[in-house]
Amino acid sequence: MDIILKSEKLSVGYGGQSLIDSIDISVRRGEILVLIGPNGAGKSTILKTLSKQIESVAGSVYLDDRDMRVLKESDISKQMSLLMTKHPSPEYMSVEEMVSTGRYPYTGRFGVLSDEDKKVVGDTIKITDIEEIRDNDFNRISDGQRQRVMLARALCQEPEVLIMDEPTSFLDIHHKIKLLSILKRMVREKNIAVIMSLHELDLAIKCADKVICVANGQIDRYGTVDEIFGNQRNDRYDIIDEIFGNEITDKNGTANESIVDGENCLYNNYIEQLYGVESGTFINEYGSVELEKIVGQPEVFVIGGGGSAIPLYRRLQREGIPFAAGVIHRNDLEYPVAKALASVVIEQGSFDKIDDETIKRAKDIISACSKVYCTVEKWGEMNMKNKELVEFAGEKMQTEKLGLQER
Amino acid sequence: MHMRDKRLRYIYGYIFLGFAIAFLLVLNLYMGSTDMSVKDIMKLLISGDTSSVDGKIIWSIRIPRLVSAALLGGALTVSGFLLQTFFSNPIAGPYVLGISSGAKLTVALSMIFLLQRGMVAGSVVMIGAAFIGSLISMMFILIISKRVNNMSVLIICGVMIGYICSAITDFLITFADDSNIINLHNWALGSFSGSSWSNVKVITVVVATAMFFAVWLSKPMSAYQLGETYARNMGVNIKKFRIALILLSSMLSSVVTAFAGPISFVGIAVPHLIRRLFKTSKPIHMIPACFMGGAAFCLLCDLIARVMFAPTEINISSVTAVFGAPVVIYIMIGRQRDRAE
Repeated sequence: MDIILKSEKLSVGYGGQSLIDSIDISVRRGEILVLIGPNGAGKSTILKTLSKQIESVAGSVYLDDRDMRVLKESDISKQMSLLMTKHPSPEYMSVEEMVSTGRYPYTGRFGVLSDEDKKVVGDTIKITDIEEIRDNDFNRISDGQRQRVMLARALCQEPEVLIMDEPTSFLDIHHKIKLLSILKRMVREKNIAVIMSLHELDLAIKCADKVICVANGQIDRYGTVDEIFGNQRNDRYDIIDEIFGNEITDKNGTANESIVDGENCLYNNYIEQLYGVESGTFINEYGSVELEKIVGQPEVFVIGGGGSAIPLYRRLQREGIPFAAGVIHRNDLEYPVAKALASVVIEQGSFDKIDDETIKRAKDIISACSKVYCTVEKWGEMNMKNKELVEFAGEKMQTEKLGLQER
Repeated sequence: MHMRDKRLRYIYGYIFLGFAIAFLLVLNLYMGSTDMSVKDIMKLLISGDTSSVDGKIIWSIRIPRLVSAALLGGALTVSGFLLQTFFSNPIAGPYVLGISSGAKLTVALSMIFLLQRGMVAGSVVMIGAAFIGSLISMMFILIISKRVNNMSVLIICGVMIGYICSAITDFLITFADDSNIINLHNWALGSFSGSSWSNVKVITVVVATAMFFAVWLSKPMSAYQLGETYARNMGVNIKKFRIALILLSSMLSSVVTAFAGPISFVGIAVPHLIRRLFKTSKPIHMIPACFMGGAAFCLLCDLIARVMFAPTEINISSVTAVFGAPVVIYIMIGRQRDRAE
């Protein structure tokens, strides 16, 4: 049987009060399932119920086809291990001793480690790259190291299912990547199933096989990464499309300048809905976040393309200056960022040459702006018309390179 | 520190405690209000002579007293260690949590009740009464601990429970009319005096049983030190384990209270010193080491209580408090500093 953990009509909550109902998930060996969703949605509650830390309100969880309600703690401990957000802080415990506690289910009455146990501990310490600190006091290492030690501890338990609650929170980018790389490797090599909650959506996209979205007291969505983060527009927006025709109103209520012609240019996306993001943008393609755009009459016009203007967009956003960006092709690298940050985007369909009508609109906006920046250094057939804009701007052109010097 | 260094440290630690106990046993045997030479004492020990006055002093007074001081001191310390593990708080102990005082109250009640009917409470009755009292206090503490997450608040509540129980006990003693009230009064302040061989037998049986189970539980205890969640995930049945821990710590502290009255601070100070000495909190080492440390500590304190103002004897709690309370203050300051970092 490939499925190691399965829940059926599971309801989770506290004190018989259900918080989330009808959770039906199944996790295969070697699969990473990531829970995402806003704070307080109940991700931890689900994880605690799946690991039998708290009783389920209704429904059941099956570990390797056996109902977990009838399994004893000692049976579960050999198949499932945990990594929780809150770390223990035992006195006088070395890293190696902490990792060794993972062998608990396998040692005898007094917890003496056998040679076999010691080998597993040693190997795990090597794999998780904590050899240098194995003799250090567990309370006196960095958060990133501590998390790796706790991962090593969990792996020492030789689990078939590993449950982790926000393992990457509080870690710097280096430790995040390191932790997830080790995890990925272990999943591949030992065929462990992993269920974890993550706050970082960019990391979720990169390491999950399947994603569960928890929000508003339910499993909002459950599917592969592509299904959740993919570029397909969901039905709701198709309907909006039909209603509004080509005139799309964005979420700030300002009329969008763009003309939608069936391409993906809607950035009112599911992830923002899920988290109730009211300001700012989550860019699916990059798994990155942009802050709230500055709306208003553009004061600055940016002639960009090819990603060259992204730093400038962000700077203008930081400084609170409303700006227009153009002319940008919809398949341009910087298009999603421009859409997220510019109050007006003059855009052109993918792979099309810039047409005269578009240029005219750009010129109209430039006329109303006081400054124009150009970040493009190479002109080709596709963006040749943008060069016209530079000439048109004349004295408004800012000569400082990129306009990015620190003031 | 390497694993090997750690092992060496344990060995030195045990050797140190062993010597300390042996040294203090000899001192306790030798020092007292009756002057005896080492030679005389040796002779009495070897001959087993209990008929002479000196023989009676050694065999019927000093030896039972030092044995019970050692056993009860060990029991009290282990009880403290168990409670610290249970509450994951280094300043938990049977005295500050009011458990000793609860036991004191029920013991006083049953003593007075029996004395009024012309009966003397036997060892088993005393332990039973103390055990029930301990559990009642423990119950209150558990109820409070469910409502408050702050360990300091829990300790303060424990101290308050202790005060209430002590007040009621004092009230009972004041108004109890009996010639034995003097004994009752001495006992209520805490003392190892008046230990008999029959007491020693009962103490040995109870303490040995409890210690056996404490060591038996050392593995789940080590898991529990990582917190409930991890312990459960490691395969510990938390409910059963917690009940076992409460019963054991109550059993150990109630045997102390039944025979020597409430003794302060030993349960907190000694485990802390032992942790420092051994540089570990592993129960498998902490339990026997705490027992040894507690035995040595109480032998020392009892010696001071007996000898310092001889022939007047001071109560044992006064001595243990002088040594123990500063350690507790030190731990609390240390914790505060850790949090500030």
